[in-house]
Amino acid sequence: MSEPVLEVKGLHQYFEKGTANENHALKGIDLTLDPGEFVAIIGGNGAGKSTLLNSVAGSLPVDYGQIKIDGHDVTYQSVAKRAKLISRVFQDPKQGTATLLTVEENLSLALKRGARRNFWSNGVKRNERDLFRAKLASLDLGLEGRLSAEIGLLSGGQRQAVTLLMATIKQPSLLLLDEHTAALDPKTSATVMEITDKIVHEQNLTTLMITHNMADALKYGNRLIMLDHGQIAVDIKGDQKKNLTVSDLLELFKQQSGAALTDDAILLS
Amino acid sequence: MDILTSSISLGFLWSIMAIGVYLTFRILDIADMTAEGSFPLGAAITAHALTTGIGPVVATLLGVAGGALAGFVSGFMTTKLHIPDLLSGILTMTGLYSINLFVMGMANVPIAGTTKTMFTLLQIGDSTTTTIVIGGIVLAIVIALLVFFFNTEMGLAARAVGNNEDMSSANGINADAMKIIVYMISNGLIALSGSLMAQTNGYADISMGIGTIVIALAAIIIAEILLRHLSFGRRLLTIIVGAIIYRLIIALVLDWGVDPNALRLFYALMLTLFLALPLIQKKIAQVQQRHRNTKQITEENK
Ligand SMILES: Nc1ncnc2c1ncn2[C@@H]1O[C@H](COP(=O)(O)OP(=O)(O)O)[C@@H](O)[C@H]1O
Ligand SMILES: [Mg+2]
Repeated sequence: MSEPVLEVKGLHQYFEKGTANENHALKGIDLTLDPGEFVAIIGGNGAGKSTLLNSVAGSLPVDYGQIKIDGHDVTYQSVAKRAKLISRVFQDPKQGTATLLTVEENLSLALKRGARRNFWSNGVKRNERDLFRAKLASLDLGLEGRLSAEIGLLSGGQRQAVTLLMATIKQPSLLLLDEHTAALDPKTSATVMEITDKIVHEQNLTTLMITHNMADALKYGNRLIMLDHGQIAVDIKGDQKKNLTVSDLLELFKQQSGAALTDDAILLS
Repeated sequence: MDILTSSISLGFLWSIMAIGVYLTFRILDIADMTAEGSFPLGAAITAHALTTGIGPVVATLLGVAGGALAGFVSGFMTTKLHIPDLLSGILTMTGLYSINLFVMGMANVPIAGTTKTMFTLLQIGDSTTTTIVIGGIVLAIVIALLVFFFNTEMGLAARAVGNNEDMSSANGINADAMKIIVYMISNGLIALSGSLMAQTNGYADISMGIGTIVIALAAIIIAEILLRHLSFGRRLLTIIVGAIIYRLIIALVLDWGVDPNALRLFYALMLTLFLALPLIQKKIAQVQQRHRNTKQITEENK
């Protein structure tokens, strides 16, 4: 068995700790991801999904627990430091790209994720352009001719697709996706999901994907985790995941948490 | 003609400052008040160095280094101590007032007519022509270096940080370091402008920084009003034009008989107008559209 890509041990996160509004957002998360695992994370609003992802990405300091990536303890590493191992696509298409920079400038920046940047070689190198064009062409969105367009001029879906390229153009150990299709219309969302699935399979990426869409969670990925009130309520892998239906999922949830899913409207939206 | 050449020569020197301010104002999206301290700092260091017999090029570069150090202090305060950027600049600027006095030893340091300066390096025509030639050479070097730097790996990262810090960090860019670098380049250039200004005026003065950020911003805004979306290099070139136009306006206003004591009030009013211009334009367009619409409706109802 190879070394796990991600190990989260006993992770607790609090907001406004020590005040009357104290919110125990994560209550002891233990999670291990093996290479090639593509995990869909679901759960109601406020379940702690984003908090978990932000903790792994480093944008939220850890209160209790430990996070290891590729065997390195990253618990106290900055976001920029961890970027060597992790890449990320945000929910808001604006958040994942530098809107005033061109498509090729954004891709060049991403190609050097986690590497040293010097002040003598060109930011965008001539020989990179062929790679960028090929990658953009593979999206099938007609973007291969728009290398020097300001990325802010692209539509939300196009930008999210480019952000996916940026996150994977230099292969990360771990890919984080936080509802990265939620801000898109249904058709574009489906396209971006297809692209995601394709890239994850091509590179055999270990992936944590939060989704608000239960159908996507069932369709994509080889493992499914349901968070509830800051705890992992359901964790299903392999064949069991393949044959899973929505009603199975609701049943499982009831068994695990001892309560019926009252707010399944949110989950099924 | 005289007004035009003198506006060009002054515009060249001011545009170096305006370009410096542009880097923090537009690339980092920060209003950095350090400028009003680093401008006289560059002047003070150079003037002091010249009077102790140091050559003009080295004296000027020492001024630039002083400005960069001032930029480092403000950059450090905002990024590492989380002091709001406006306040960091004001704090550094306030501290620099004393430091500038220490450097100069008095409120005004004359640079004797016999002292070698950047503008005595070449002997070409009168003093205005010399200022234009030397200022032009320095400007060309500055712009070439900036265009080069901001297209390198690090320069691209610096631009990304100002544009989107989350994205930058997620791509492994040390945002604080990049910001500090831009602060240093910016204030180094502002000090260069102050240094050259002292050398062409023949003195450094403790109060020469007051109001300078308004002059620099006016040049930037004029440039942006003239031409909207431009690449980085072209934007720097239009800032030179902006600075020259601004000097022309000032020269014409003075020529017109406005009291020089009222000049700072005029600077402030003009920049306010420039900053409000986009909104005013929009309002005018809205009113025009409303008229057109009313006319059409009345005609349709006839
Ligand atoms: N920055 C924050 N400050 C205070 N509370 C927060 C913050 N972020 C999230 N929370 C709270 O933590 C809980 C988990 O939030 P989150 O992880 O965003 O949920 P999810 O992504 O599953 O919808 C919620 O109760 C939310 O209100
Ligand atoms: Mg969320």
